[in-house]
Amino acid sequence: MVPTVLRPASAAAAPASSQVRERHVVAFRGMLLGRLFDEKFASLYRGGKIHGGVFLGRGQEALSVSVGLSLRRGDVFAPLIRDMAGRLAFGEPLLDAARTYLGSPLGPMRARDGNVHRGRPREGLIPMISHLGAMISVVNGALMARRLQGKAGFVGATCIGDGATSTGAFHEALNQAAVERLPVVVVVANNQYAYSTPNSRQFACRSLVDKAVGYGVTGHTLDGTDLSACLEGVGRAVDQARSGNGPQLIVARLLRLCGHGEHDDSSYIDPKLRNSPLGADCLKVAEDRLLEQGWARPEEVDQWRAECVARIEEAIATVQRESPPDPFQEDWSALATRHLIEQRGTL
Amino acid sequence: MSITYLEAIRAAQAKALAEDPRVYIYGQDVGAFGGAFKATKNLAQEFPGRVLDAPISEDAMVGSAVGAAIEGLRPIIEMQFADFSTVGFNQIINQAATLHWRTQVPCPVVVRLPCGGTSGSGPFHSQTMEAIYAHYPGLVVLTPATVEDAYSMLLEAVAIDDPVIFCEHKYLYYHLKAEGLPTEALPVGKARIARPGRDLTLVAYSAMVHEALEVAQEFAGEGTEIEVVDLRSVKPLDTDTVMASVARTGRLLCVGEAFPWGGVTAEVIARVATEGFDLLDAPPQRLNAKDTPVPYHPDLWAIHRPTARSIAAAARSVLRS
Ligand SMILES: Cc1ncc(C[n+]2csc(CCOP(=O)(O)OP(=O)(O)O)c2C)c(N)n1
Ligand SMILES: [Mg+2]
Repeated sequence: MVPTVLRPASAAAAPASSQVRERHVVAFRGMLLGRLFDEKFASLYRGGKIHGGVFLGRGQEALSVSVGLSLRRGDVFAPLIRDMAGRLAFGEPLLDAARTYLGSPLGPMRARDGNVHRGRPREGLIPMISHLGAMISVVNGALMARRLQGKAGFVGATCIGDGATSTGAFHEALNQAAVERLPVVVVVANNQYAYSTPNSRQFACRSLVDKAVGYGVTGHTLDGTDLSACLEGVGRAVDQARSGNGPQLIVARLLRLCGHGEHDDSSYIDPKLRNSPLGADCLKVAEDRLLEQGWARPEEVDQWRAECVARIEEAIATVQRESPPDPFQEDWSALATRHLIEQRGTL
Repeated sequence: MSITYLEAIRAAQAKALAEDPRVYIYGQDVGAFGGAFKATKNLAQEFPGRVLDAPISEDAMVGSAVGAAIEGLRPIIEMQFADFSTVGFNQIINQAATLHWRTQVPCPVVVRLPCGGTSGSGPFHSQTMEAIYAHYPGLVVLTPATVEDAYSMLLEAVAIDDPVIFCEHKYLYYHLKAEGLPTEALPVGKARIARPGRDLTLVAYSAMVHEALEVAQEFAGEGTEIEVVDLRSVKPLDTDTVMASVARTGRLLCVGEAFPWGGVTAEVIARVATEGFDLLDAPPQRLNAKDTPVPYHPDLWAIHRPTARSIAAAARSVLRS
């Protein structure tokens, strides 16, 4: 995949402070691209242009982009529903999201699967199924395979919500990762709700990071509204996994600043949470920091925004010119083994 | 007063909660929020402490329901989508379904599955799962096609002493309306003649009943009378009503929205072929979804599942043979 988000140039010679600036600028621009792309899909949804649901990562971009940027080409990434920013930072082309949401047969999912259910397994981007918790063990398996093949230096990362930590699949996969001491990073975005269900009806431990010690994996907590904290915390966990220290569980505190999907007005979200530090908008926080530090001027931010909008509009316009899938061109078979396909028309 | 299929499901649960203190509802977001589809709207407020939000733990949701049933309660478990019931599959087919056979202790658990395709929902929010559950001994599997049946069969499901898989079709939730709630109903286990006819028996269940009725209407204009049989419950399966219909028409077409390998349509045809071969004037046929996961794009989805158009084509072929 060609990088979608500009990555920091190899900055060996640059002074440390300019590296920090560069990292923040790249991450901020990735967050902005994710946010604006999400908003574009939300507006297409409101205009009746999208079949099925639309799921946004609003409020989670700092965390998500940090995961994408901490991974390298050749790593494995299984993002979830709120990871537009992280996907783009990992290298998912803009056209993939556009084609999958708009149902273009030219997309990686060929209109067979939609919206956030997209990926490129051969390029390390594993497409989610809806069943929550199910992706962690798949990442484990990819990493086990590489180890079996004698390959080293890889990391696998996957994102998950607070709600999905209640699944048996989450438990089984974290235990498996710990037993195998795999270089996997599981990033929990504790956005306080699973659809309408608050943390208090989801788990009773003091913090989700307490689960780490139970499995024998390293736990990290961080403030998901703060880009610097996310870049630093996720970067450290990924480095630890890469250098052979076993599975890492990151738990980030933040708030979902949108409905569960665009069909949902999220009126159940406690206004006290909205007004608390958890409810801060990471994009705004990051922008303020860039300006405060003198890392960017307001005109630059406006220009980046305009560039994002232009790229997004171009991707959407391209896909809107593509034809829908032709059901009569489909082979209507789910098997890879061609000679085992039954040719019976309607069974 | 007009009432939708979804409101009927809500009303049946309200009545069950009001009349039987052993009933409680457990599922993700079913409490104050009223469920992903609003099938439990206001029930948590009306019945405090008896409509409980579950963690995202389908295995534990079903397992705990079995424990509660052993203690004499009558849990209703809501799966957010039928597709996610696979995560609770082990508890349903190995725990709930075998309990009575092994111990003589009944297991009156209702598992509500919002089933079936709606356009744009994709492979993991569209499945119909009646066939896979019907395969297992010890389960009752219901597939209501009408507002009246959604109401009366859910009430009966709660009263049944066995685990009941209640397949409610999401496409019918808002599309289907009736003038009111029924006061009497056919019992579970009885199929219904949804439309009488003499030329072809068209067996369907759940949302496909409405596609079948549309086809029957179209054919009536051409002077062909199709008899539509609504199975209502796929397990137990009312072979007698199907057979009696085939005895009148001599021809059989069976339609289901599930995947084509095995399943309800194959079962109906196997029974008619073995027990009523002489009644048939032509080879029976069946029509199902295609043998791929349910596609996301509406144009693919519309071809993947049977529709009035593809059913009409199959009906013509049975009538010609
Ligand atoms: C096994 C399973 N059960 C139920 C669902 C339905 N479902 C989809 S998203 C969701 C809430 C997820 O909450 P969380 O894990 O906190 O992620 P968030 O949406 O907050 O990012 C639920 C219950 C599902 N996808 N998978
Ligand atoms: Mg959440």
